[in-house]
Parts: sequence; structure tokens; C-alpha cells
Amino acid sequence: MKEPVRIGARPSVKPDLQRLLHEVALGDQEAFAAVYDAVAGSVLGVARAVLRDQAQSEEVAQDVLVEVWRTAPRYRPERGTAINWILTLAHRRAVDRVRSVEAAAARDTKAALLDHQPAYDQVTEEVETRLEQEQVRRCLRTLTELQRQSVTLAYYRGLTYREVAEALALPVGTVKTRLRDGLIRLRDCLGVTA
Amino acid sequence: MIATDLHALTGAYALHALHDDERAAFEHHLASCDACGQEVAEFTATVGRLALASTVRTRPAMREQVLERITMVRQVPPGAAVLERVRRGGRGGRALGRWALAACVAAAAAFGGTAVWQYERAQGAVDRAAQAERHAEDVAGVLAAPDARSRSVKVAGGAGTLVVSASRDRAVFAVSRMAPPPGGKVYQLWFADGGKMRSAGLMDPGRSSQAVLMQGAVDGASGIGVTVEPAGGSKQPTSAPIALLSVPA
Repeated sequence: MKEPVRIGARPSVKPDLQRLLHEVALGDQEAFAAVYDAVAGSVLGVARAVLRDQAQSEEVAQDVLVEVWRTAPRYRPERGTAINWILTLAHRRAVDRVRSVEAAAARDTKAALLDHQPAYDQVTEEVETRLEQEQVRRCLRTLTELQRQSVTLAYYRGLTYREVAEALALPVGTVKTRLRDGLIRLRDCLGVTA
Repeated sequence: MIATDLHALTGAYALHALHDDERAAFEHHLASCDACGQEVAEFTATVGRLALASTVRTRPAMREQVLERITMVRQVPPGAAVLERVRRGGRGGRALGRWALAACVAAAAAFGGTAVWQYERAQGAVDRAAQAERHAEDVAGVLAAPDARSRSVKVAGGAGTLVVSASRDRAVFAVSRMAPPPGGKVYQLWFADGGKMRSAGLMDPGRSSQAVLMQGAVDGASGIGVTVEPAGGSKQPTSAPIALLSVPA
């Protein structure tokens, strides 16, 4: 592949998302449709990554997108970018769902947990997403094994750090530190600034 | 938990890997820790990159469904943005409930007027608007709503009942035979929302029995509290609550 695409450090999002969100906050449904087009794939992707199940993922994604509409008037740019506000909401909702009672039983198998890999199982034709995936894969490889396992179990499986500690048979303090170290390394590798 | 312990939780926090009680404790810490705030912002952006890498294609039907759904969903009023940051969806919000309410009323009282308890409302305008709509019809409307749910508590020697209508997104706090507040003081009502308090208006200090339409929408609040405040009320609680109730589901 030789697409002349910049492999930038910044998320590949529409630059005007923040302005669109401001219009959404004023009740503009067309602006919301534009926001939807910019973020729905990522919102669903987060839900899929955590929940696996297509039907549940879509349910959560829909709820998140409706929540974006509902709470847009309270989005504060000074607290973070619009895309991160939305993706944070998406991940949190997916995690809430996976921690709900019916899902809890299914996550208890240690072997299944450790076997887990991030699911990039959807073929995507989006060059930007492919590049994003390559960068994330590459940067995840720069983590130590413990860092990578801790971050992966927390992010993609929705485990609390105490559950991660249990799954990996490590002291909770160690996991706490590994999550932070791991994110520092990821942050630096991905060139994230905030 | 000591501050250094809390600081080490920045990673777990950004990954949503904390239980509700630890999340609440961390967020209290976060409000006064600039270094943590910066790190959390960077970690949140980092985690956002993991999310972007998961992007998939969506069904066209989902777009139609979402765009139709939003036509039926009322948007929240602006302001009180700080509440949003800590809001949990569905059961998560309820789970915080009483503990969080007690904790944040107590902590707010302890910290007094520090920046920990940011109060983002244009209080005067809200008060005036709320007074104008605090009609008996509104109280009756909530009490008579088909989906009204209630919960009772002892308060200041009397009985208090909280009635909430989800469809109206409003709440009424009704009391009977309540002792009058100490001289120069007033009873103030609060909504508790994921570790933050927002004023829901004052009770009439001259009446021992009254039904008060709580000011502002319930808007996902997990509970309500009553405190004794200086006349005119406070922007945040300045004393321990004399009554706490979780919002009935």
C-alpha cells in the first residue's frame, strides 16, 4: 500500500466535530446526523470490542448516540475533544453492560480471559482506520507483557483493576501501576497530547 | 485512601477499571489535583485511540433508527456540566445511591466553599424561573402522575416523602409536622448526582407541613438530601444532611 496518507499523531476525525456538537446542543437534528456519520462507526466499534455480541453492541451504540444528542448541551470543550467525550461515553457504557449480572458469569474463566486478543475482526476499507489499527498494534507491542495484559483486560474486557489482578494472580498495587505505566508508554508511542 | 494511592489510579480511571465507590473517591481527588487532571486527559485521549482503531461499519438501518429516536428525546438544559462527567447509565447510577449522597454531602460540608464543589448554575435566574413554575398544579401533577414513585424518611421530628415522576422528570418533597429550622436558618433541598450536589431549592421556614416542587429536573439524580443552611440558602451544602433518600427507581 502506498497511499499518500499522513500517519499522524492525531485521531482521524472530522475537524469540525466540535462545532457540529455545538449546533446539536442547540437542537439541530441535521448537525446530529453529521455527528452520527462521523462517529457511529467508532462508537459501534468500541461496543463491539468490549461486548463481542453484535445485537448487544448495536443496542449500546444506539443508546450512546442518543445520549450524545441528549447531553450535547453539557459538553464542555475545555474538558476534552468532542470525539474523546463521545468515545469515553461509549466505552463506559459498554463496560457497564459487560459488568451487568448476566455477563459477569461468562467472564470468569481465566483461560478465556488470557486468550483474549483485541478483535479487529471487521474488514474495513477505511484507510484511516487501518492506519490507526496498525499504530495501535505496533504500540501495544512496545508494552511489557504485564502492561499489555493489564491494559487489554481492562479496556477490551471491561475488567476492574482488581479483577485484572485476580485474573493475572498479581497484587492489586502491581496492576494499578502497570495500567498507568502501560498507558504512559502507549501515550508516548502514539504521540498523544491533550 | 491517601492521595498518593489515588494518584496511581489515573490509568485505571481512564480505562473505566474502577468500581463505583473508588471512582467517586478518585473524582473527588481529581477535582483538586491538577497533575492528575492532565494525566487523565492524556490517558483519555490515548484510550480514545484504542477506540478509533476499533472502528467498524454500521448498518444503514441503525442510522435511521437513531435519527428517529432523537426526535423523541428531550435535550438536557445547558449548565451543570460537572454532573455529566460522573454520571453513570442505568443501574450504575442507582448503585451509587445513598452512599454517594452521604459522602458528597458530608464532604461538601467539610470542604465548605472550595472549588471542589463547583456550582455552575446561574442561580438567580434559575431561582426566579423555578418560583414562577412552583404552582400547586405542578405539585399535583407529579403526585398524580401514573408513574409516580415514592419513598419516605423521618426528617426533623416529622415525616418526609419524596415523590418522583420519571415521565415528568420532576420530584416533590412533602413533609408533615417538621420542626422549624433554627433561627436564621432554612431547610434546603438537594439533588445528588454522581458525587455532586445541585440545589433543588428551599423549603418555606414558616410551615411545618408543605409539599415542595423540587427545583430543576431530576435528570438522573441518584438521590436527594435535606440540609440546614443560612437564610437564603447555600450554593453547596455547608452542614451534614438531616435526611437522605435515594430516588425511587
